[in-house]
Amino acid sequence: MTNGWIDIKNTDMMLVMGGNPAENHPCGFKWAMEAKRNRNAKLISVDPRFTRTSATADLFCQIRAGTDIAFLGGLIRYAIENSRIARDYLINYTNAAFIVKDGFKLPEDGLYSGFDSAAGTYDKSTWNYEQGGDMSGKAAEAAAHANAAHANPPAPPLLPTNVAYDLTLEHPRCVFQLLRRQYSRYTPETVERITGIPKDQLLKAYEMFTSVRKDGEMKKAATIIYAVGWTQHTFGTQIIRTAAMIQLLLGNMGRAGGGVNALRGHSNIQGATDMAGLYDSLPGYLKTPLPTDTDLATYLKRVTPTASKPNQWDSFNYYSNTPKFFVSLLKSLYGDAATKQNNFAYDYLPKVDRDYSWTHIWDDMYHGKVKGMMAFGMNGVMIGPDTNKNIEALKRADWLVVGEIYPDETSEFWRAPGISADEQKNIRTTVYRLPCAGFAEKDGSMTNSARWVTWKHAAVPPPGDARLDQDILAQIFLRVRDLYRREGGRFPDPILDVTWAYADASHPSLSQVAMEINGKALADLTDPATGQVIKAGQQLPGFAWLKDDGTTSCGNWIYSGSWTEAGPQIQRRGTEDPSGLGIYPNWSWSWPANRRVLYNRASCDPVGKPWDPDRKQVWWNEGTGKWVGNDVPDFKADSHPKDHMGPFIMLPEGVGRLFAPIGVLADGPFPEHYEPIESPIKNPLHPDQSNNPLVKKFKTPYDKFGTPEEYSIVCTTYRLTEQYHYWTKNNPMNVQLIPEPFVEIPVELADEKGIRGSEMIKVTSARGTYIAKAFVTKRLKPMIIDGKKVYQIGLPIHQGFRGIQEDEGKDARTPANLLTPAVSDPNAHTPESKGFLVKVEKA
Amino acid sequence: METTRRDFFKIAAVGGAAATVFGFDLKPAYAQLKELKIARATETRSTCPYCAVGCGVLIYTLGDRAKNVTPQVIHVEGDPDHPTNRGTLCPKGSSLEQDMLNSRRLIKPQVRRPGGTDWEDISWDDALNEIARWTKKTRDENFVEKDAAGQTVNRCEGISFIGGCTDTNEFNYLVVKAMRSLGLVYLENQARV
Repeated sequence: MTNGWIDIKNTDMMLVMGGNPAENHPCGFKWAMEAKRNRNAKLISVDPRFTRTSATADLFCQIRAGTDIAFLGGLIRYAIENSRIARDYLINYTNAAFIVKDGFKLPEDGLYSGFDSAAGTYDKSTWNYEQGGDMSGKAAEAAAHANAAHANPPAPPLLPTNVAYDLTLEHPRCVFQLLRRQYSRYTPETVERITGIPKDQLLKAYEMFTSVRKDGEMKKAATIIYAVGWTQHTFGTQIIRTAAMIQLLLGNMGRAGGGVNALRGHSNIQGATDMAGLYDSLPGYLKTPLPTDTDLATYLKRVTPTASKPNQWDSFNYYSNTPKFFVSLLKSLYGDAATKQNNFAYDYLPKVDRDYSWTHIWDDMYHGKVKGMMAFGMNGVMIGPDTNKNIEALKRADWLVVGEIYPDETSEFWRAPGISADEQKNIRTTVYRLPCAGFAEKDGSMTNSARWVTWKHAAVPPPGDARLDQDILAQIFLRVRDLYRREGGRFPDPILDVTWAYADASHPSLSQVAMEINGKALADLTDPATGQVIKAGQQLPGFAWLKDDGTTSCGNWIYSGSWTEAGPQIQRRGTEDPSGLGIYPNWSWSWPANRRVLYNRASCDPVGKPWDPDRKQVWWNEGTGKWVGNDVPDFKADSHPKDHMGPFIMLPEGVGRLFAPIGVLADGPFPEHYEPIESPIKNPLHPDQSNNPLVKKFKTPYDKFGTPEEYSIVCTTYRLTEQYHYWTKNNPMNVQLIPEPFVEIPVELADEKGIRGSEMIKVTSARGTYIAKAFVTKRLKPMIIDGKKVYQIGLPIHQGFRGIQEDEGKDARTPANLLTPAVSDPNAHTPESKGFLVKVEKA
Repeated sequence: METTRRDFFKIAAVGGAAATVFGFDLKPAYAQLKELKIARATETRSTCPYCAVGCGVLIYTLGDRAKNVTPQVIHVEGDPDHPTNRGTLCPKGSSLEQDMLNSRRLIKPQVRRPGGTDWEDISWDDALNEIARWTKKTRDENFVEKDAAGQTVNRCEGISFIGGCTDTNEFNYLVVKAMRSLGLVYLENQARV
């Protein structure tokens, strides 16, 4: 979330889409209800299914799964056509005025300029700004400049240092005009054909949402709230980008009651992302090095951005500090072994130059490349996609280690339903199942979707012989280290040198680890501005102290400030909220630097006054020459408004990106509607380029895809309030509440097929068959998609083949994700679990 | 100082005790009985492990934190001081006590051998030694120092680590330390899917 749970109470307008917080985040959703009750805020729910969130909404639109960009693109068009945009915000805080290079082409045919069909990738050199300064009202001159530029050899793909811009927003190649052209195709008629939402309802939704900017009024704020209904698509990142663009257009970013708010599905996937439990990042969103980054200097040069903005403007470009963050991370990882002479042990880090993400693990295991796996609290068979492929992959592995608290499907893949005892004898995989600790048995911190890092204390010891997860990890690692120490082996240096100096190495104290993550001084440090001294060995007060010369260590720069000399900030329990805005500045701690609303400089107008004087977050204090406020200013504290520093300090432009230039996204600078990989229709915008051109399909016999002729029904997966993923099926109370799996199908479809409620039905995709009871409902209505009647069905994902009911043989023991395809978003690599094709029959 | 809800209960309990001495109003006595159940308990502040709202929960255990006493969970409720959930819990959070006291919990290490049709018990020591041996063997057989272009890559493509949604930040950081040092690139988490 850019904002936070409690901040939702400050909003005037909510668009909830790709999420169902009333059912999936019930105790957070109360803040949406507070906004309705106290501010008369409106809520628009857009969902394939009428959910309990929809039941609280002022307006509900039933959308076809996977058509969110079409809906949102239509909203952008409506906002521009009806002047319901925040013009001052747009000009000063976004790249709307920036001029894009000649030669950039919009995807009228489904492809942006630079597509290489053989490689299936884009050459992004035209996805860039033009060099050249102030072009306001000088469109003709700009054209001449562009023609002259053509004569020169192509420049390296870097952002220009002095960006050309037109503050009148009239230059035909300025971002605003390109944006207008891009979404001019998203007329209500076209959006209706794609999404199935009738035109009058679309217009009602667009009118309602943009009403916060009626007549240019800036006081009100609107929020957009989403969850995995947006991420689990082959264009998921671009859906979220469309939301961010709307919030920039309407001036809602950085503001109390505004923002783009990811609900996030689990207690600590925010923290897992921050800590880089993902192949393509290192802690604090630092990039993994490429093989071509042959040494530290080359790597730092590639990943450290230089400011790219009009000369007349200022840009903090905070990522210019990347070398300090990165070297401090290497010091934290490799301690004394990381020296200036050896590039701070840069070579110890594995270099990553291809996609090693989730679906690739299973595909590469299937092909015999990945031979061993450790899974800690991660049920890969159930999560899928394409459960049967994952099971087949595990059969081909040499070994599997599962750390779990309950018997799960992944550790028992070798006796999944349908695998006979004889077949089990042919499965050569060795499986270790290690009993781990439950949440109440472990201390440590978790980070919620509001970026609040909160410590929890252990209440009880693990049962029986179960051990703490961190102990098991440490004990495996220390044994491996010992083997390398005694026997040698391939490149043992990083294993021998990585720091593990915890008081009890095989039982690492998580407090010590948390302190290491915060970072400490390795030499005496002095702040030249204030004279403040941090002694060697002391905890750092925050990331501003980090150095790139090896005198600081820090495991994750964005968590610096979480455990200082003043103690564990993440254990604070101050319940005061002086501003009444729900900031709670002394309750736990939020990254970065305890800021509760990101980009909060944008809550003020260009001269530094809050857009809404009733919701004052931060402001410029002319007397002290400082930014001050109820929240921690997300800005350079002494940057005078007249210097025109952009509020989006993490971007080299300093301003929000309506247009995402080179290097940001794989599949286009603006989002474009593409159909899900399996879709009932051809894309009405460009039938010859129906899907995202960057999506790659695997080639195993398991990777089969259905046609709308054979599989005509759109299927989406979802979660229930009473169950949690694949975990609470072991809990008697939750099993009593939801005793067995079901499939939600429309009344009309049930009538057509002669299916009655609670009869067993088969749902079949090109990849498998799922069996459960029919739940016949009016919550999913048949839709007219591009003139064709289309049914959507929904199925909860919770049950598998191990659980209380499963073990008693009370259901069909079929995991829902055996239906889903292993195709994923080219940016975030999240698989497309929503909006695939199935057929439905009586079982 | 502000009176917290806990203080309020304590004051109410003392007041209640005084009232029963002088009269027969049973209401305070009931209140006192209810209070006594958690009055003897240790209160531990935790966070719900399910969704990302991160509701504060209070876990009440019996046991005085002495080394030779194993605490027993007797009650779980929402933390009324927590600014986000303010004491509320959803149907999942409300069943957390059953997650802690659950007969289905795994309590001993097990192994399924190649071709096996059931689990066998294994000691922790043997399990950890075997896993370490597998890890070293697979790493040594699959480690790549340089790619085809002769550039240093120092990676192990034979092993994958996948982490879960409730792993703490500190655990995740230890995973990065240990697994990246082994050269792992197939490093993924629930955060992806």
